Amino acid sequence: MVARGKEAAALALHRFGFGPSGGEIAAIADDPRGAVLADIDRPLAGNIDGPLPTSSESARAVFDFQAAQQAKQKLTQRMQKPDSVGMMQVSSEAIAAITADLAVGQKPGENQPPLPQQLFLNEAKARIDAATSSNIGFVERLVWFWSNHFCISADKVVAMSGPYEREAIRPFVRRRFFDMLQAVESHPAMLVYLDNVESMGANSVAGINRDKGLNENLARETMELHTLGVHGGYTQQDVTSYANVITGWTWIPPVEPNHGGEFAFAKRLHEPGVKIVLGKFYADTGLQQGREVLADFAKHPATAHHIAQKLAAHFVADEPPPSLVAKLEQTFKDTGGDLKEVGKTLVSADESWTPQRTKLKAPSTWIVAMLRLASPAAIAPNAIGRIVGAQATLGESLWRPLAPNGYPDTEAAWIDGVPHRLNIANEFAARVAATVDPMALLDEGLGPLASSDTRQTVARAETRAQALTLLVMAPEFLRS
Amino acid sequence: MTSLHAPSRRELLLASGTLFAWAYMPRLARAEGRDPRFLTIVLRGALDGLATVMPVGDPDWVSLRGDNALTLEGKTPALKLNDYFALNPAMPNLARMYGANEAIIVHACATPYRERSHFDGQDLLESGLAKPTPSESGWLNRALAGLAPAGRVDPKGGKVFAVGPVTPLVVRGPAPVLSWSPQRVQPASADTAQRLLDLYKHADLKLAGVLEDSAKLTAIEHSGEMDPKAGGSNPAQVKAYFAEVAGTAAKFLAQPDGPRVGALALDGWDTHVNEGIGKGRLSDLLGSLDVALAAIQTNMGPPWHDTVVALVTEFGRTARINGTDGTDHGTATVALLVGGALKGGRVIADWPGLKEADLYEKRDLKPTTDLRAVLKGVLKDHLRADERVLAQNVFPGSDAVKPTAGLVA
Repeated sequence: MVARGKEAAALALHRFGFGPSGGEIAAIADDPRGAVLADIDRPLAGNIDGPLPTSSESARAVFDFQAAQQAKQKLTQRMQKPDSVGMMQVSSEAIAAITADLAVGQKPGENQPPLPQQLFLNEAKARIDAATSSNIGFVERLVWFWSNHFCISADKVVAMSGPYEREAIRPFVRRRFFDMLQAVESHPAMLVYLDNVESMGANSVAGINRDKGLNENLARETMELHTLGVHGGYTQQDVTSYANVITGWTWIPPVEPNHGGEFAFAKRLHEPGVKIVLGKFYADTGLQQGREVLADFAKHPATAHHIAQKLAAHFVADEPPPSLVAKLEQTFKDTGGDLKEVGKTLVSADESWTPQRTKLKAPSTWIVAMLRLASPAAIAPNAIGRIVGAQATLGESLWRPLAPNGYPDTEAAWIDGVPHRLNIANEFAARVAATVDPMALLDEGLGPLASSDTRQTVARAETRAQALTLLVMAPEFLRS
Repeated sequence: MTSLHAPSRRELLLASGTLFAWAYMPRLARAEGRDPRFLTIVLRGALDGLATVMPVGDPDWVSLRGDNALTLEGKTPALKLNDYFALNPAMPNLARMYGANEAIIVHACATPYRERSHFDGQDLLESGLAKPTPSESGWLNRALAGLAPAGRVDPKGGKVFAVGPVTPLVVRGPAPVLSWSPQRVQPASADTAQRLLDLYKHADLKLAGVLEDSAKLTAIEHSGEMDPKAGGSNPAQVKAYFAEVAGTAAKFLAQPDGPRVGALALDGWDTHVNEGIGKGRLSDLLGSLDVALAAIQTNMGPPWHDTVVALVTEFGRTARINGTDGTDHGTATVALLVGGALKGGRVIADWPGLKEADLYEKRDLKPTTDLRAVLKGVLKDHLRADERVLAQNVFPGSDAVKPTAGLVA
């Protein structure tokens, strides 16, 4: 059975997007499927505009800030020991210069967080704004999906976590899988996160001189998580061999003032020689050797299946219909991994329109749905700190998954956190309820999806805030 | 043995009108006048067993790990356990428990998993299956579901509980699960929660069960002082977080009518780079874990004498240090048992040796003890789980893996 009309429109907005914002259900009710398909073709979907730094600029800025901070601490220590010669060396010019360095980006008279946190919050705000203001939001949801698939952690790369998503994920969600794979695996954020910048061939010049060697972390996760999947048929030998292939994929340390933080291929670190991965010989062509292996991973049938399964499970059901997975897999293979075509297959398939809404939205997806419903105008400009805090409370800290397999995607993983959502909803509702009409929002947010029990519960609430809390906590709003 | 079928949340609601009317108090154990508590701590990321408990008596130890091989001498001397093994110096509380016969270390121990994927390894560690096939339930939950229910009805005692907003697989399954995690926002009023619960009871029973469980736990959580600072990832914050979640778990278990069995997961053990065995990352983490163990002992109070805590990890790490002063994914590692109910003060190891030929695939510590034997031993002697149920339901297909005898006093 396939949902139709207004019901299909509401279902589409929750399942493929971030939930409806004002008037959206009515606006797409004539052709919900066509509206979602049109979003895939919309030129600027998934784009973030605005002046945000590149990952290398951000890495250098944070490095400079931390260096200045360290210097300031040392100066303070010297001044606390008046007898030492150090006292003589503390000039007022030095103090002024360091104070200026530490105030980079601070507007006078405003109490703002220090630069690294500020950069992070700017990135977080751009991401939340893109999700709350998007039309339909399907392409934006794809960005979130791929960002989690190819996750990094801000615990290790705080300066680059936002820029990484803008540089390695966003431009590629409607291009070939291989294009994204190559951008991701050569991005400094990933190379730092999974330790490849530490790795070197034991027989490379640097490896011999420094008596150091291989780190197989990135190689393993590329094969296990990013492409083939854990049952993709590779061996420990393949992991080691591919780890050798990508020795030398590194970055320029951010201390370097012009190009610090950028990708570099360092032949000095690269394990020389022919390598065999998955039974195939790769001549030593330096950087190109790794690209060729990645191209073969992208083409591998195990990758097509792995990606198809994950996409279907993300959008449709924890255990998606095998026929849907097969369709996505086929499109992936037929089009050489064209992710736009895979997205169209997902939206076109009847299996994706089942009226059973069993997915439990992940916490951040649910938070954005709540924000969209209350209208972005109701969100205070300084709310981003609270939003990021709410994501953390619910176990889905932005760009901070606990492990390289990203955040989980199943009801079983998230359901026990639902009581905590009640408290977040409560706090949110207390802030915005004065300006909203809960019954109107019920129609805007759920329309025909709302059960009579939910209507009655919201209608009978004793305050607007309570009504709004109950609305966003209703099963129909938590699930997609 | 009684029925293996445990009622689902739905059945509980329909059958009795109240979610907490079913008790799984371990009846056989209670009949002996005991009231056992059992906490499982899953250390995700693969703990380096050789850096935690060092085989200082093995003649190949120092040549294997070089500068990273802590010994009884040197700048950061390891804490002597016996003539062969010594403990990482970041763990004085564990050493004290060992000295008081309240800790057992099982070395060269592993699950049946022999690949090196964290995620499959964790799934298998928590599911209790012999192969990394998908599972909706964990061994701890199934063990609880298989225990003979006690005669008396009890509000929470029969439940297994989990700490954290994401429920670990080890406690998922047929027995109802409570969950708790550190509270950081102002909670909704009881009235709002009640209205929502009424709606869920009509519309979505899964959500109803979760919400109802949570309300009951709030009362215990607020029964004493709690450190609200948590989150973040610097060593002090990690230490505070470990101590808070472990201490809270103990507080729940210690309640006369609280749950008896629980689990929590502490992440961050994946030390590929600059492992910091004597000083640095791993040392900080082990220190945090050590403080967490002390918090458990303190918060348990007198029931500590009826307590076993099992600390397990998905696999070990490479025997040798890798090219970046860390270790990559390996095989055998340690399992740690602490608690006043143990016959402790022992290292249990069928030591495989550290020569290249002794290593598994010439790279990892070779597993000689099956972790399932240890866990079965605890479940059998501590909770009085039935051996046949352990072999068939809890760790399916493990008939040949006999429970380790004599772990519990």
